[in-house]
Amino acid sequence: MNHPLQKLVVAALIAAAPALAVAQGKVLKFIPQADLRILDPIATTAYITRNHGYMVYDTLFSIDDKFQVKPQMVDKWEMSKDGLTYTFTLRPGLKFHDGQAVKSADCIASIDRWSKRDALGQKLAEATESWAAVNDTTFTLKLKKPFPLTLDALAKPSSNVPFIMPERIAKTDPFKNLEDPIGSGPFKMVKAEWVPGNKVVYIKNTDYVPRKEAPSWASGGKVVKVDRVEWIYIPDSATAAAALNAGEADIWEQVPPDLIPLLSKNKSVTVKNNDPLGSMGMIRFNFLHPPFNNEKMRQALLYAVNQQDYVIGIAGDPKNGKPCFSYFTCGTPLATEAAADPLKGKRDMEKAKQLVKESGYKGEKVVIIDATDQPIVHSQSLLTLEILKKMGVNAEIQAGDWGTLITRRAVKEPIDKGGWNIFHTWLVGPDMVNPAVNFPIRGTGEKAWFGWPTDAKMEELREAWFNAKDLAESKKAAEAVQRRAFEFVPIIPTGQFILPTAYRANISGLIIAPINLLWNVEKK
Amino acid sequence: MAASPTWRGFRDAFRRHPTAIAGGVILLVMIAIALLAPWLGTVDPQAVAPIKRLKQPSEEFWFGSDMMGRDVYSRVLYGARVSLSIGIAVAILSTLLGLAIGLVTGYIRWLDAIVMRVMDGLMSIPPVLLAIALMALTRASMENVIAAITLAEVPRVTRLVRSLVLTLREEPYVVAAIAAGTRLPRILVRHILPNIVAPLLVQATYVCASAMITEAILSFIGAGTPPNIPSWGNIMAEARSLFQIAGYLIFFPGVCLSLTVLAINLLGDGMRDALDPRLARRM
Amino acid sequence: MFAYVVRRLLATIVVMAVVALVVFLLLYLTPGDPAAILAGDAATSDDIRRIREKLGLDQPFLVRFGGWIAQLIRGDLGTSIFTNLPVAHLIGQRVEPTLSLTLCTLLVSVLVAVPLGVVAAARAGTWIDRGVMAFSVLGFSLPVFVLAYILILIFSIELDWLPVQGYRPIREGLWEWARHLVLPATALGTVYIALIARITRASMLDALAQDYVRTAQAKGLTPSEVLVGHALKNAAVPIVTVIGIGIALLIGGAIVTETVFAIPGIGRLTVDSILRRDYPIIQGVVLIFSGAYVLINLAVDLSYMLLDPRIRY
Repeated sequence: MNHPLQKLVVAALIAAAPALAVAQGKVLKFIPQADLRILDPIATTAYITRNHGYMVYDTLFSIDDKFQVKPQMVDKWEMSKDGLTYTFTLRPGLKFHDGQAVKSADCIASIDRWSKRDALGQKLAEATESWAAVNDTTFTLKLKKPFPLTLDALAKPSSNVPFIMPERIAKTDPFKNLEDPIGSGPFKMVKAEWVPGNKVVYIKNTDYVPRKEAPSWASGGKVVKVDRVEWIYIPDSATAAAALNAGEADIWEQVPPDLIPLLSKNKSVTVKNNDPLGSMGMIRFNFLHPPFNNEKMRQALLYAVNQQDYVIGIAGDPKNGKPCFSYFTCGTPLATEAAADPLKGKRDMEKAKQLVKESGYKGEKVVIIDATDQPIVHSQSLLTLEILKKMGVNAEIQAGDWGTLITRRAVKEPIDKGGWNIFHTWLVGPDMVNPAVNFPIRGTGEKAWFGWPTDAKMEELREAWFNAKDLAESKKAAEAVQRRAFEFVPIIPTGQFILPTAYRANISGLIIAPINLLWNVEKK
Repeated sequence: MAASPTWRGFRDAFRRHPTAIAGGVILLVMIAIALLAPWLGTVDPQAVAPIKRLKQPSEEFWFGSDMMGRDVYSRVLYGARVSLSIGIAVAILSTLLGLAIGLVTGYIRWLDAIVMRVMDGLMSIPPVLLAIALMALTRASMENVIAAITLAEVPRVTRLVRSLVLTLREEPYVVAAIAAGTRLPRILVRHILPNIVAPLLVQATYVCASAMITEAILSFIGAGTPPNIPSWGNIMAEARSLFQIAGYLIFFPGVCLSLTVLAINLLGDGMRDALDPRLARRM
Repeated sequence: MFAYVVRRLLATIVVMAVVALVVFLLLYLTPGDPAAILAGDAATSDDIRRIREKLGLDQPFLVRFGGWIAQLIRGDLGTSIFTNLPVAHLIGQRVEPTLSLTLCTLLVSVLVAVPLGVVAAARAGTWIDRGVMAFSVLGFSLPVFVLAYILILIFSIELDWLPVQGYRPIREGLWEWARHLVLPATALGTVYIALIARITRASMLDALAQDYVRTAQAKGLTPSEVLVGHALKNAAVPIVTVIGIGIALLIGGAIVTETVFAIPGIGRLTVDSILRRDYPIIQGVVLIFSGAYVLINLAVDLSYMLLDPRIRY
């Protein structure tokens, strides 16, 4: 199954090898957090695919470091007085990598595909009456009812991001994985040089027209200052550290905190907390089966979990994390400590044991499913096991790999038929900033995230938040959501941690953002 | 008459091989440590204490503490249990299975062709795949690891038994026994089996050593025993990226594993030399 | 002999068929399919179900197996579920690194181990013999990844003589290609060296005890002529056997080596695909590997004829 075209490309590369070395220009070597396998940022929420998306695609709007929505591909926009019609006009000169101009139809098709998978997009779609193209660069959105989060939705920074693709590609079934990475972003992917599991190659998109403003998170001008970017996936972190030290790579996206001393010794390497929002760990329950279908059992754990332990277990050094007693990412507008006392106050094992008794716990077995190839998941599992044992709960860990875990957590049966009671995971900061994107707290039962909590009250409060008209109302509504969360306990947040980035001395211009963005980066 | 070495000959041969004896002694010491672990100054090997993570060897933590604050000394001692159990279990199981299959195929011609091709096929399935599949089917456990490694080792044992049976079948006393009308099971037990036991035992020691290393590799890939229960292999695998920062995490289990594997190999070599130097060719 | 080769080749096809069935069955029975992994962490059960449908993973066993066999007969190894790239292309990308690593390891091991074994046999019973044997067994007693880290620490980090990781294709320069393979081949080879050295010693001892050796010595040949010209040639059969058997060991160790040194080889491809449940790749790799393995064994068996004129099929 060798396509003649591929043979040709290989032959051309061989012939051009020496010439290639010269023509490559400035090459940035980047060690990514994971291995890029899926090219479709709509079909999956995987962060590595999202990062790839930021390389090759562009968005209509973006968020800046003050959490404000800023236009990106859009030149100007207007909202009608009644809030039911939005009119968007694209910037001039936007082109896809195949040379085609970006048109309204492309944007509409892309948003449509995105809204079929993304929860916030679905909410927008519910409120939408129609999208229509006025001409090639202007299009409108008509809503059935006011949806104050419209622009926030279109500017969503993390999975799934409403990237704009050519119409023909955006028409792909959203449950099918697309393969053509043509976008209008600042980089182009060189698919012929892609070795999944090893290397991804991007080159500068010389046709890209950056905005004039300075870059701030994913907004502002995306000026690419290198010619070629190579994502070199190194699966072994000790090897990655050695590679960075030896200059075989320029940037390492996420440094396991324990390896920081290896890099700090080296004068040519800087280790920095480049991510202002970090990530939030969490304990998730199965609400369908005992004992955690009982609210008191879940509340009991609130009094026993010591976030400090989890943060150290995950991040190693207190410098790389801190407790965050909120269901919303600390450091963002909606973070609050309302009703957080059970988690925040002095640890009270006695109260925990008492609540266990009150819940009527009969000694049923509790199964924690663990993924040994995910250190963050694994360390949390060990800590929770310890706590449960101290509480007198008959708990055990059943370990597998991540693939096994996410398969098993989809099982709704009781544990003797392959079910589960607890699993752990983590989400990046942007994915927990408000009740819209924060999917773990949703109480929609069968349609909810794994665990399937049913909490009508929570859904009411979330709906109320959606209808908040300004920041003050939004904050109050969010507080109400959090109060409910501490009662119902959909998850237990285990702390906020930051995985630092490391880069060599000849690298500058790394944007401080919750996502690793590679425009603006210079290499001397 | 079947020619089997006398026990005295065995002992004398051993004395001529000090390395084999050294190997045996080391192995016995390791087994003793494994059995006596709870009384050798250990604490709960699974007790986590993140505050005390990654401490160098000291009074409190004789071998240091790992990334979750667990005591490495205790983990290494209890780890001996898991590593040795896996090695011995795989050795026993693969030997018994290989013996059974090898005896049958060595004797029954038409079965031989089929079984040997199946063995070929089995050997070409990566043990990693088997291990992960087993792990995913149930969960990460010692039993699954033993099963996966055993399946990978059985073909080799089978080959050995088969080649031995093929040769022994032509021996005069066996031919005579067949001519005399002796039934197959009796021939197998009285004539063939005693001559296979010795090389089989030697092979078993090599399998044991190999299994212990394979367990470490499986843990490295993430398809090994659940890491909260320590084994020498998974202590090293879990700590691998901390090699330069907390080298003791790799050093202590590494030394124990190497010593034990070395000991087993020396023991096997000694046994082989003692029994019959010509055996060496077939191993 | 021709008939023998033909018979073995036919048997190869049978073996591959059996392996194909076993692997397919194994994957079918293994819980977890790529749909959940594809969907990502935020997905709902519903999402996963729909993705699974699109991938055709909800079909019954025979339909899926039949479909795969039909594909194979057409010469199509299928398409990766995650990357949507053809499996043949993905494997093809990795053949050169794996072959390079394997061949270099074989070369290094044989070049080191055979002389070691010969020396040990020639000086049997002395401290040299014991030392050589203990040294070779030591290489076998440490897991490959520990050895690999030690090598990187000494040669890449401290001495800065060799690169830490990566693979450079031959077309980018023979020197770079070789430099990047030294450490991986050494780490992987130590296991092999132990095995080959031991077997060489044992069969050399056996050969040296034979009559023809004494005849050769009586004829006045020098010790080295005796060793290499007569004893070694006759000892070659079991050595070659072990090399063949050891290839399986190599693949297992290669996975670890490829991970530590970030070499994009078939071992890593296999493990990554297994962890992701990317069925087409797993099936394709195992099929090819089983075919290769059986063919290598055939080559080893045929090579006996060259090495030992008494063996004829």
